[in-house]
Formats: sequence, structure tokens, C-alpha cells
Amino acid sequence: MSSQLSALYTELVIEHDKRPQHAGLRDPFDTEVHHVNPTCGDEITLRLHLTDDEQIEDLSYDAIGCAMSRASASIMADLLIGHSVEEMDPVRAHFEEVMRSRGRLEGDEDLIGDGIALLGAAKFPGRVKCVLMPWKAYQAALVEIRALEG
Amino acid sequence: MSASSREFDVEAIRSDFPILQRMLDPDTTMIYLDGGATSQRPRQVIDAEVAFLTQDNAAVKRGAHRMASAATDAYEGARERIADFLGAPSPDEIVFTKNATEALNLVAHSFGNGDSSTPARLRVTEGDEILVTEMEHHANLIPWQELARRTGARLRWVPLSEDFTLDLTDLGSLLTERTKVLALTHQSNVLGTVNPIAQLVEAARAVGALVVLDAAQSAPHMPFDVAELGVDFVALSGHKMLGPTGIGVLWGRYELLEAIPPFLTGGSMIETVTMERATFAEPPARFEAGTPPISQAVGLAAACDYLDTLGMEQVAAHEQALTLRALEGLAGIEDVRVIGPAASPERTGAVAFDVAGRHPHDVGQVLDSLGLQVRVGHHCAWPLHRKYGLHGTTRASFSVHTTAAEVDALIAGVAHTVDFFRSL
Repeated sequence: MSSQLSALYTELVIEHDKRPQHAGLRDPFDTEVHHVNPTCGDEITLRLHLTDDEQIEDLSYDAIGCAMSRASASIMADLLIGHSVEEMDPVRAHFEEVMRSRGRLEGDEDLIGDGIALLGAAKFPGRVKCVLMPWKAYQAALVEIRALEG
Repeated sequence: MSASSREFDVEAIRSDFPILQRMLDPDTTMIYLDGGATSQRPRQVIDAEVAFLTQDNAAVKRGAHRMASAATDAYEGARERIADFLGAPSPDEIVFTKNATEALNLVAHSFGNGDSSTPARLRVTEGDEILVTEMEHHANLIPWQELARRTGARLRWVPLSEDFTLDLTDLGSLLTERTKVLALTHQSNVLGTVNPIAQLVEAARAVGALVVLDAAQSAPHMPFDVAELGVDFVALSGHKMLGPTGIGVLWGRYELLEAIPPFLTGGSMIETVTMERATFAEPPARFEAGTPPISQAVGLAAACDYLDTLGMEQVAAHEQALTLRALEGLAGIEDVRVIGPAASPERTGAVAFDVAGRHPHDVGQVLDSLGLQVRVGHHCAWPLHRKYGLHGTTRASFSVHTTAAEVDALIAGVAHTVDFFRSL
């Protein structure tokens, strides 16, 4: 097996793929979004529930896709739940920057936690989208909630 | 259309394709099994384009200089060559487009642009029906969905059956006097299924429906003759038949092309122009607005030469043998299910499969690490995958340069992929 392949399917990725954290759609929620990757047909339905001061009370999801996208959703939910949107914004920004760096940037484990296990995908341009799709869904949900609250 | 003039020697054929020498990394040979997405080009095709660009390049059909005339001769010569390859009665029935998608859009658009001078049988209006199939590539589905939406016509489809062929049980109620157009693929880009065109053409004729054939996946892989097929329009893509990207072909019966309005308008497609209005040129010029893909046409003609030199009968036999080998090998791997019919003459070298519990992206990733270049996903046939409860498949597709050893590498690679994920 090539070393790049083992860098991609790390133990943590496989663990999150097999036993996704916080999976399944739950109530209550403020908004629900549905994102699709039209190239491969991967889908995620994501529900976000915030408190009035934008603490992430719950984030639930149903993800259909490859191991990378499912693991990414699981790791993201683990990172976000119980924290404030503001607190998590640098985490999201750093994760996206590293994922888009084609492997040039190293990730800060203190910031992105298990997300570090997904960085092998940064070297495969075709897989970056898989990993970022749950985060794009989270951002879209955030935009919707803020618009609802006007 | 000519008989082969060269022995079908795969090693000799491989030496014609420079890209097959490429290594993916120092110890990984590139095994290209994605001709269904785009084919590789032999040196003869690349050289023909280079020769045109270095000797004869100019704008076609305008200018009085000698270069314009050389370029026009090359472009029109290519049209004649392609007409011959497809068995078309006349080169005037060959319209160059950007790709098969544009060719299909051209037909769908021209049938429904509301031009009252278009004869009724070529005009789709409210109350008419358009019949497609559940196995269509999006390129032969969405133009018809849109035509139905614009005109108020009803879109219907022949369903797929569990054996991965079309279910023709209810054809009698699907194809009726209301059906204006039957649009279908000759060969599924996912399943490899070759549709019974003769039977469907006969049924369509009986109700007066026109038949539009998507031949993007078939014409490069089997003897192909528009006159024998008896259809009305055929669409194909250059880059799936060893030719360049940026060029496709629409073949249509001349009397039909003559009766439908243009799709794209502008330069080169007119007869006379005033500030108020224009009259249009005769086909095929009517459908070739703007400067066409000239060197690409020359390259495509060279691809036809190349395929004819090999002989389409031999190409088909070669790919059939590889398909049989792949189907037998994959059948022996636990957790792998081929999504397509068993080996038969009505089945060609697109071999899609599902690995239980594994997303095709993950399967493709492991295969890529072994050098195997296969396609993953829904292959622009989302309804087909939905029909079988799949989110996608992994597809290998075979070409003239594919060897038995490469098919064996695929089989071993798929077995390795299954083991790899099991071991995690």
C-alpha cells in the first residue's frame, strides 16, 4: 500500500467512518440544510441548533458519501458541539486553509483536533471537496439562522 | 467502413499512443481504463492536427487567399471522411458541433423553438410526448426535460429492469401516436448494455415518431452505420473516439436538417442579412454558426482513419474479449457486484461495479494508488443509479489499447481494495 494511501485512510478516519459521532437527525433545530456534491452525488442533510448567544447546542446530520466526507462530518460535529460559533470560527478558517493548501501547510492540532487526521486528503485535489462539504453545510446553516433572526 | 488493413496487434497499437508510456510515480505504471470518459489519442491523430496547424491553418469558408482555401479543403475533407465512417449518404448530413451534448441540444432546441414554418412533425408542442429511457446520460435527458418544460409536452421514459436492460413490457403504452420523439442511447455509459435499436426504430416508425440516437459510447467501439440503424439523428463526441476534445458530430437525415430552424445563430450560417432580419444557409452550414473547430475536425478524421485501419469488427471483438475476462474475474470477488448485464454481444466494455459498503470514491482512490485509472460516481446518469439504489459505481472502460494483463491488474486491484478496507 502506498504511503499516501495510508496517510489518507488513517485509523481516525476509519474510526469516524465506522462509528460516526453525533450522527442522525435530531430535534430541536433552528434550520436544516441539504448539500450535494454534484460530481459524485455525495449528500449531507445538516441541522443546527444555536442558543440566543450563538452557542452550538446541537449539530445533527445524515451523511451519504465516501469515508472522507463521512469522517469529516463526524469530526466536525465533535469539534463544534458545546462551543460558541465565534470560538469555532478560527478553527473552521484554519481547517479550510490547510485543506486547500495542497499539503503545503501543516495543521495545528490544538485548533482542529481530530481534523488533523483528514489532512492527508489535502494532497488529493479530488478529495478536498469531500472533506469540506460538511463545513460548507454548517456555514450555510449559520447564514440561514442569522438571516431568520434578521 | 473499410476492412481492416492491419493486424490487430495490441502491443503495436499501444506503441501508437504516446501517453501510455507515462508513469504515475517512479514505480507506478499508468493503466488507463477510462476511455468511456475520454479516450487517449494515437500519434496519428496528434500528428494530423499538428500537420494542419503547421501547414494549412486559416479561417475556413472566407477569404480569397490560398491558405483559406487549403483550410477549407481540410475541414470539408474531414466532413467527407466522417460521413464515410458513419455510413452517411452525404457529407451534407454531417454537422460539426462542440460535442455530443451540443448535438443533442441542437436537435431538442430546434424541435421546440416555436417556429411556425417548421413542419408539424418536427415541432414539439403542448400535448405531444417525448420518450427517453431511464438509462440516459444527463446529456440525453436534460435537453428533453427542458424541451418538455418550454413547450408543455410530456416527458416519459422506458424503465430499466432488474437485469440491467430496458424493460419494454409497456412499450406499447409508452410509444403512442402522441410521441413525437424517441431519444435514447445506443449503449449505456454505465451498464454497457447495447439497446435493441432495430426493434425500437420499428416501433417508433409505426407511430410516426422520430428517433434520436446518442452514439457517444457506441460508435467508437463497434461497426456503426447510420443507414443500417434507420434512425433520424445521431450524436457523437470526437474525444470518445480517439479524436480531439472540442468537436462533436450531429448526423441527421438531410430532409430533416433542411426543415428545422438553426440552434445557434451568427456568422457563417446565413444566406442574406439586413438590419431587420436574416435568411439562413442550407445545412450543414445553417447549424455551424461562428468559426468551427477546424484542426479538431482534421484530428477527428484521422481518428476515423485509425479506427478503420484497425477494423471496427476487430475493435469490437477485442473489447468483447476483455469484457468477458473482466466480468468473470470480478464475479469471483466476494462483496463485488457488477452493475450491468452478463457477457453477451449486446453488452460492451463499460464495466461498472459496486463494492458492498464502500463508496466508489474510496474504491477509486485505492485503485488509483495501484495506477488503475477508473471513473467513480454517478457517471452523469443519476436516475440510473437511483433506480438500483446506488449512490454511484466504479467503472472501468476498455479501449483498443487495453490489454488482457491490464484487465487482470484491474481484477487483482479490486480484490486488493476489498482486502484493504476489510483490514482497517
